[in-house]
Amino acid sequence: MKTSVYVNLQRKIIVITLLVSFAPLILLGVTIYHQLAIKYKQKIVEQIRYRAVAQAEAVDLFLKGRTAILSAMADTHKFDYMIEGNNLAHIFEVMNSRAGAFVDLGVIDSTGQHKAYVGPYNLKGLNYYNQPWFGEVMSKGVYISEVYMGYRKIPHFIIAVRRQESQQAWILRATIDPEIFGGIVRAAQVGKTGDAFIVNKERIFQTNPRFSGSIHSQSKLDTTLFGGSTTVIELRDGDGKKRLYAGTWLKNKKWLLVINQEAAEEMAGLFTTYMEVVIIVAGILAIVLTTIFTTRLTVRRLREADTKMRELNAALVQSDKMAALGKMAAGVAHEINNPLAVILQKTGWMEDLLAEEKFQESENIEEFKASIKKIEAHVERARKVVHNMLGYVRKMEPLLEDVDINETLSQTITLLENYAKTNNIEIAPDFADSLPIIASKQDQLQQVFLNLISNAIDAISTDGLIKVISERNDKYIIVKIIDNGPGIPEDQQGKVFDPFFTTKEIGRGTGLGLWISYDITEKLGGTIHLSSREGEGTIFTIQIPIVHPEKK
Amino acid sequence: MDTFSVLVVDDEKDFLETLVSRLKKRKIDTHGAKSGEDALKLIKNRPFDVVILDIKMPGGMDGIEALRAIKKIQPLTEVILLTGHASVETSIEGMKLGAFDYVLKPVKLEELLPKMLQAFEKKNNHDQKVRSAKIRETLKYW
Ligand SMILES: Nc1ncnc2c1ncn2[C@@H]1O[C@H](COP(=O)(O)OP(=O)(O)O)[C@@H](O)[C@H]1O
Ligand SMILES: [Mg+2]
Ligand SMILES: [Mg+2]
Repeated sequence: MKTSVYVNLQRKIIVITLLVSFAPLILLGVTIYHQLAIKYKQKIVEQIRYRAVAQAEAVDLFLKGRTAILSAMADTHKFDYMIEGNNLAHIFEVMNSRAGAFVDLGVIDSTGQHKAYVGPYNLKGLNYYNQPWFGEVMSKGVYISEVYMGYRKIPHFIIAVRRQESQQAWILRATIDPEIFGGIVRAAQVGKTGDAFIVNKERIFQTNPRFSGSIHSQSKLDTTLFGGSTTVIELRDGDGKKRLYAGTWLKNKKWLLVINQEAAEEMAGLFTTYMEVVIIVAGILAIVLTTIFTTRLTVRRLREADTKMRELNAALVQSDKMAALGKMAAGVAHEINNPLAVILQKTGWMEDLLAEEKFQESENIEEFKASIKKIEAHVERARKVVHNMLGYVRKMEPLLEDVDINETLSQTITLLENYAKTNNIEIAPDFADSLPIIASKQDQLQQVFLNLISNAIDAISTDGLIKVISERNDKYIIVKIIDNGPGIPEDQQGKVFDPFFTTKEIGRGTGLGLWISYDITEKLGGTIHLSSREGEGTIFTIQIPIVHPEKK
Repeated sequence: MDTFSVLVVDDEKDFLETLVSRLKKRKIDTHGAKSGEDALKLIKNRPFDVVILDIKMPGGMDGIEALRAIKKIQPLTEVILLTGHASVETSIEGMKLGAFDYVLKPVKLEELLPKMLQAFEKKNNHDQKVRSAKIRETLKYW
């Protein structure tokens, strides 16, 4: 559960860091993109408007040119000449060589009768009097039709001019090649999605559009959206894509030249190149990875620091506890030792008196003596507890002596070896080769080792192994007493160093051994530490500072 | 010089009286004092070979102060310190001030007596040395 705290923390830090680093970036990116997009769009609108205007001019010019040639031909030739023999064909040839785009040419008299004709269709002799354009051209003089089917049943449009020759009027009429005309319009079409065409007010296509429809069919485009000069608008087409439309009314006010293209295609110019995308993605990846990496590192450090802190705290609590207990024990010892001293003097006095001759005859004298001995034995027992508690067993002299740890361990093992053997317990020494002689207290260290190895023997009870290891590092000699006994339950591990904590039966354990050992090692500037696993055994580790003896 | 005179100083009345009785029963010239002040009064009046002195006595003069005063009045008197709680520091201080030894309470007479005798012997030696020094000095001027 402890782990999840750190995992949570790690997740939070990563999320926040990423948010903090990306939010401004994204904001900036979006803003810049937006600004750019607006500018870009303005440019595109400008462009398409310009193209529409230019193209309309080109178309107007085209029509004006054709009309001018037709007018010139009508003005410079007489009706009679026109309808005679091959003359019309000759004129047609001249016109086409000058300007081109004429499909056919015809001469129509004032009654609508088609008097002469050059072209691919067989139209000579037809009467146009009832055709709508006939009236128009007769009254206006020049007429450009919209696309219609006519006699030939093919969509086309015509240019017709009227010639007033003395009393009679006649008409020179030419059909414009829809392919060529369409081609001129389509010259304005760009890109994969671009289109350019002409529609009239009634939305009839006057040229073949690239998409959606064909010449002479109905367009869906609402021509009323386009005003006086050139208008640019954005509309959604059938499949929901935005299209930019630019429309310019031609000079005749009947035809609308429309250029359009998908807005997205034009905007595509804004999108970065493949290489730039790769760089950006790599940059983002780098930020994410470093964030995760540094966060992991930080959290791990934090965790280590926490663990150290906890250990340190535990050690502090322990040594505080020990100091307080020590003071209390000293006070208690005084209060107990004084009464014990009195008891011992009183029993001594009684013995003294019983030794007198007059008591020798008394029948219960032996009983008395035995009772006194018992009292003294129990005083001794109490004395031992108190003295142990205070570590009296230790010599009180403050002088340090030269101590060979391996030697001390060997002696201690010798003391316990026989006892261990009778219980089938092996004590296996494993000593470091060259431990330095240190300035310390041999008796006291011996007592620590004795306590720990005795405890191990008690714990194993029968059949087992006790390893006694010595080693060193820069600052300490380290002694480990390892047994394969039952181990110490986790809830007891914090208590075993407390005075009077014992799990042994009364009379066998005092619960003072580990307390004294702790006290001794600490006073010698060392540490004692236990690690144990139930069912596997116990390791007591003692660190004794390497203090080099003063040279004598 | 063969009579062995002892002064026991302890605030614990039962302890004091009993120990005094037992020593007297062993033909030792024993006196008791229940405080440091009482002990000093006695010592001013007459010399003792050995003083058994409790370190911790509540109120008034404590053992270490008493030891210092005794050594001033009777430098040759040997003092054995009794202590109910061995604080290393006070015991060492006592030894530095010239105490012969220290003994932890409770103590059996069988353990205390040998120490007293050792102290007595040391004092006797001292006395003898002082005496022979005096004799030599006297001889010089003869
Ligand atoms: N090596 C060990 N294996 C298992 N338990 C141990 C070991 N050493 C100490 N203990 C436990 O710690 C308690 C306290 O030990 P200690 O202070 O030496 O007192 P005592 O040996 O008198 O019981 C023991 O009673 C025992 O429960
Ligand atoms: Mg033990
Ligand atoms: Mg006292």
